[in-house]
Amino acid sequence: MKIEILGVGCPKCKQLTANAEAAVKELNIQAEIGKVTDIDKITEYGVMMTPALAVDGTVVSAGKVLSKDEIKKIISK
Amino acid sequence: MAQNNCMCQEAGVLIFPCSGGSDVGELSDRVARKMAKCGQAKMFCLAGIGAHIPGMIESAKAANKLITIDGCQALCSKKILEHAGFTPISFNLKDLGFEKDKTKVDDDTIEKAATKISGGKSEEIISRNTGGCCGN
Repeated sequence: MKIEILGVGCPKCKQLTANAEAAVKELNIQAEIGKVTDIDKITEYGVMMTPALAVDGTVVSAGKVLSKDEIKKIISK
Repeated sequence: MAQNNCMCQEAGVLIFPCSGGSDVGELSDRVARKMAKCGQAKMFCLAGIGAHIPGMIESAKAANKLITIDGCQALCSKKILEHAGFTPISFNLKDLGFEKDKTKVDDDTIEKAATKISGGKSEEIISRNTGGCCGN
């Protein structure tokens, strides 16, 4: 599984990254967590509000900092 | 500096004009752009919602309110949003007195339409995003 955090690196993006890392750790699953900070790349995803979260290339959330539990729910599906 | 390009501000109110091919379609677009310029709402991409681009859909979900401006009774913008699962606040320019194929799109008309929308049912919502129009 590939999890991407889309955002230019503001505190909200960092918090979302931390929450994603915690979710992956708690679920004890194999996942690669990456960051997309380039505005052009973020726009390619159609994201207009950051931070956003993409799982395996599909944006599942934008404009909010999902909690660890919310992320766990999404990536457990 | 990366922070200068941050897109993490509050989504606020997003506005979706139909931007159709007729005079009232053009009016919907120009009114929306005027309202965006004045800070009353943020212009958003109706085509992206119609194409069900996940990033666009999720970005729209982050908004406080969604407003559609349609030029005619076809209500394309409203229907596109509804098809994507949203319940927008809808304005039809025909209901506001602007007839298809009989509307001259100029600054005066744009101002009149913007005033009707800003002073209509969305007044309370729009004022949350802004404070009023810049008058330009």
